Amino acid sequence: MSSPEVHSAHHAPTSFIGKYVFSKDHKVIGIQYYFLALFSVLLGMTLSLLMRFHMVHPDMKVGWFEKLWPTAAAGGIMTPELYLSLMTMHGTIMVFFVLTTAPQSGFGNYFLPIQIGAEDMAFPTLNMLSFWTTFLALVVMVAAFFVQGGAPLSGWTAYPPLSGVGRISGPGEGMGQTLWIISIAIFCGASLMGAINFIATTLDLRAKGMSLMRMPLTCWTWFVTAILGLFGFAVLLAAGILLLLDRTAGTSFFIPAGLVVSDQILNHKGGSPLLWQHLFWFFGHPEVYIAILPGMGVTSQLLSTFSRKPIFGYRAMIYAILAIGFLGFLVWGHHMFMSGMSPYSAFAFSVLTMTIGVPSAIKTFNWIGTLWGGKIRFTTAMMFALGFVSLFVTGGLSGIFLGQPSLDLYFHDTYFVVGHFHMIMGVAAIFGMFAGTYYWFPKMFGRMMNETIGKIHFYLTFLGVYAIFTPMHFLGIAGNPRRYADFTNFEFMNSLMPVHTFMTHAAYFTAAVQLLFLFNLFWSLKKGAKATDNPWESTTLEWTIPSPPPFDNFGGHHPVVYHGAYEYSVPGAAKDYVMQTDPAAVSH
Amino acid sequence: MPGSLAKDAVKGPPLPPDAGDFGGGGPGGRGTSRRASLTGMVVLLAAITMMFAALTSAYVVRRGMSNDWNALPLPHVLFANTAVLVASSAALELARRRLKSGRRGEFNRYWTAGTVLGMLFLLGQAYAWHELKEAGIFVATNPSSSFFYVFTAAHGIHLLGGVVALIWVSVQALRLQLGPGKRTVVEVSALYWHFLDGLWVYLMVLFLFWG
Repeated sequence: MSSPEVHSAHHAPTSFIGKYVFSKDHKVIGIQYYFLALFSVLLGMTLSLLMRFHMVHPDMKVGWFEKLWPTAAAGGIMTPELYLSLMTMHGTIMVFFVLTTAPQSGFGNYFLPIQIGAEDMAFPTLNMLSFWTTFLALVVMVAAFFVQGGAPLSGWTAYPPLSGVGRISGPGEGMGQTLWIISIAIFCGASLMGAINFIATTLDLRAKGMSLMRMPLTCWTWFVTAILGLFGFAVLLAAGILLLLDRTAGTSFFIPAGLVVSDQILNHKGGSPLLWQHLFWFFGHPEVYIAILPGMGVTSQLLSTFSRKPIFGYRAMIYAILAIGFLGFLVWGHHMFMSGMSPYSAFAFSVLTMTIGVPSAIKTFNWIGTLWGGKIRFTTAMMFALGFVSLFVTGGLSGIFLGQPSLDLYFHDTYFVVGHFHMIMGVAAIFGMFAGTYYWFPKMFGRMMNETIGKIHFYLTFLGVYAIFTPMHFLGIAGNPRRYADFTNFEFMNSLMPVHTFMTHAAYFTAAVQLLFLFNLFWSLKKGAKATDNPWESTTLEWTIPSPPPFDNFGGHHPVVYHGAYEYSVPGAAKDYVMQTDPAAVSH
Repeated sequence: MPGSLAKDAVKGPPLPPDAGDFGGGGPGGRGTSRRASLTGMVVLLAAITMMFAALTSAYVVRRGMSNDWNALPLPHVLFANTAVLVASSAALELARRRLKSGRRGEFNRYWTAGTVLGMLFLLGQAYAWHELKEAGIFVATNPSSSFFYVFTAAHGIHLLGGVVALIWVSVQALRLQLGPGKRTVVEVSALYWHFLDGLWVYLMVLFLFWG
């Protein structure tokens, strides 16, 4: 691993490959991750549109379905197996390659070193490796679409025995599932590499004066998220290896004895599908905090900047981040309330789950406290941060329902769950990414995005996502099951189909609106107004350097930090913000 | 309320940072990179611990679950392997201390000895697997054997990575390019190795008492 001081002694790379492909510059790597996630989100969104189409038109013949999937969509109609494989890949790609990647590895890689005053991450070579390993994982994942049998259909949760017995359990469960597991295993390795970098960088590379209690909240969330990833992905890797062995080496870690699948008695002995669930969800719950924490950090940053006020309760925010991270490891059982667990275990998990509501609520109240009495600047970035708060509350509230075993008895495997996690992950976390994009685009690319298009993008997306996902809660209450390819066999579902149609149309609409964002993003790269060093009048270290930053971030200087990250509207100060590096003391 | 962050604002002209952790006195400098490398290694070890914790949990649960658990007869060579690994750790530790005090010749000898013993351990593990195969015990034979193979393979793969690092250091040392100033890579490799040694002892205890 190359050491930091060696890095600064080198000149910037000159070849195209060195500058843009195998770059060790955290800024380039951050952008690479961002565009990997952008590609993935477009792919994942396409899959979801196909799913939504099928749900309301299960019997409609579509010519090009047959061209793409001659067996799985023979006659132009999607088989249920094809639907389930699209669903599996949608979830997998979105959770791993979008939500785990962009907020942490994308923005975190780019801005953590700068915000703490470092020239680069602690281990630049490892950083480069972590990106290309993630890229390899994505290639392997996408390859699952193209092998015989196609992509797996066991859900992003890959429960055995379905995922563990091999080709015999259905299309996609042959090579497709194996590639899925291998891809996830590779992804675990990449995450681990990233976590090492984030943690070592945060602990050891902070500039003079940048104490932990002066770090921006974005850095705190990236730090805690890295710790969650470190522990969570290690467990997922173990589980994945065991599952792979069950599939390929005839072991029976997860597959019970006496199973008959497709009229064949399987030769497995005494494994436990529940074991997979425990191992998976021990990873899976911290994973969702990995998806949301960086968005919380960005929101805190933006609400403070654009209210021209310090973040309300900075210390409490840090304790809340730590509490959410810690408690996140203790609640995995709430994904398993219906697995046959003892009610006492369920009670324990339920109480712990509700406990997480406390630091989450603290953060929400502190966000409101930050806004209170502020001079609010309604930039697009700010709108998305506000949208994050709204969606976090909405998505979080349904979580409280699901955290009661007695209610989960009813809601489990219904659309109530689907509505919950989409609100909180599929929307709130995405809004965090949008907020980060609009906020940091000037710094990354030296140009401003168009604010008008941005605002339209915000309003229409905000409307659209509420339109898509709010009805899911009511569908769940009405008993609409999840992971079903179509509902035409169930009479009670007939009255609910108009709701599905509405949601599908809202999905088309919201997807189309994202074209505005894509246009804005790519057009502004070339034609946006030139950005100054600090267009938002923000206080953190990235706004002290040029847009875009030079190769070694601080141009050979070592920044010294004198203030916390949220010195806005300080009485007696010349301007309504004091940069962290401003030596002109402001006293209190 | 505006300007309510009083605690961290500094009075007067630029002063050295306030008491408490400020990231080690600034960026750059050998101290920072040394500390970062050690932090990175500790973090890696935490992840490896979690992975083996997950496997242990699966192992314990599976063992308690049904009545088809056939305790695996541990190949005797494993005890010799354990001794070899402990010896290699001891050799590396002696080497590390010699380097610190600048006794490079002795460092080379002890480090090379540790590396060779490490490779011997891996060979011994391969032999243990061979013995099991001769006895007709494969990865899918029974749950106990499945876990044994998974644990030893996982440990072995990590150790192989460690051996690569040890060899790299050996080569650097023999090329006379490894003075006390380059201590960090030695410290970090030795730490990794000691951890895997400890992990192996733990696994032996697990096999012996929970097999």
